[in-house]
Amino acid sequence: MRNKYFILIMSLIVGIVLGFTYASSDTHTNDTTTPRNNHTTTQENDPFDKMMQVLTHKRCVNCHPAGDRPRQGEDSHYHNFGVQRGKDNHGVAALRCESCHHEENNEYSGVPGAPEWSLAPLAMQWEGLSRVEIAESMLDRKRNGNRSLEQIVEHLTEHELVLWAWEPGVDSEGNPREAPPVPKDEYIAAVKEWAESGAVIPKE
Amino acid sequence: MQIQFTINGKSQSVDVDGKTPLLWVVRDVLNLKGTKFGCGKAACGACTLHVDGEAVRSCSYPIKFAEGKKITTIEGLGEGDNLHSVQQAWKEEIVPQCGYCQPGFMMATAALLEKIPNPTDEDIDNNIVNICRCATYYRMRKAIHRAAEINGAT
Repeated sequence: MRNKYFILIMSLIVGIVLGFTYASSDTHTNDTTTPRNNHTTTQENDPFDKMMQVLTHKRCVNCHPAGDRPRQGEDSHYHNFGVQRGKDNHGVAALRCESCHHEENNEYSGVPGAPEWSLAPLAMQWEGLSRVEIAESMLDRKRNGNRSLEQIVEHLTEHELVLWAWEPGVDSEGNPREAPPVPKDEYIAAVKEWAESGAVIPKE
Repeated sequence: MQIQFTINGKSQSVDVDGKTPLLWVVRDVLNLKGTKFGCGKAACGACTLHVDGEAVRSCSYPIKFAEGKKITTIEGLGEGDNLHSVQQAWKEEIVPQCGYCQPGFMMATAALLEKIPNPTDEDIDNNIVNICRCATYYRMRKAIHRAAEINGAT
C-alpha cells in the first residue's frame, strides 16, 4: 500500500516536471517571419498592447521586412517572382511596385493597392524584432526618418497605406485577407493614448 | 466614365466603366490584339505594356488611372520595317516558340533597357520575371544582350 502511494506521488512529480519542460521549449520557437516576443504586455486595454497587436500583424510586417525582399500573404512568404526592394523602396527598373500595385485594391486580379504602395525603408525593418524593439525603432530619429512623436502618430493613425490594413481586399483566389486583430478606431485611440501618456516603452 | 489618354502617339477617348482593366480596353475597345491575356492576376506578365514609360501589367490596371497618361503597346513599340531594337533582336535570335507571351517580354525588356542600357545577367534575372511556358528564357537572355548591342550600349 505504501509502495502504491510512493509510485503515485513520483508519477505526479515526473508529470509536472515534463509538463514545464515541454511548455518552456514551446515558447522558445523561433519564427523569423513574424516579430518575436509578441506578448510582452498582456494587460487588458493597455494602449501599448493594443497598438502592438496591430504593428506586429502581417499586414504591417510584410512590408517592414528585414532585408531587401518584401513578404506577402497570410503566411508571410517572400513576395512571388523574386520581387526586390530597389534603391527607392519601390522595386527595380522594370519591376516596380507600380507595375502591379495601384492606389486601390483590385477586386478582379486580387492585387492589393493603396496610395504610396512601397516598402518601408530598410532602417524601419520590424521583421524579427520584439514589440519593445519595434517601439524603440519607431522613436529613434536615426531609424524613423527623423520623425517627431507627433509625426509618428500621424503616420500610424492617418497614413492611407497604414490604414489599408483594415481594408485589405481579397487575394488572387478571391479570399478576404486577414485584418489586424484590433478594430481600427480602437487602434487609433490606443496609439494616441500611448503617445499622450508619454510614449512609454515597457521593459522586455 | 469618359477617359482620355494617348496610345501609341495618338489621342484617344473611351467611355467605359472606370474599373475595366486597361487590357480589355486595349484589346476589345481599341482592337489592338498584340497585348495578350495570360493569367488576369498580374502574375505572368503577358499583358505588359508601358504607361508613361513604365512597365505595367495591364490586366490589373483599372482604366480610370490612365487618364491623361501615355500608353505604349507592342504595336507602338515598332512595326513592319520600323522595328524597335528589342523586336529586331528577338527576330535575330529567333526567340519565340508559340509566341503568345513574347509581346509582354519585349515590352518589359524595352522598359528595362531605358533605365539599364547594358544589363547584366543578374539585372535580367531581377527585372524580367514574366513567365514563358515554352521556356524560351535562354534565347531571350541572348536577345536582350543583342538589343543592348544594337542600341550601341555595349
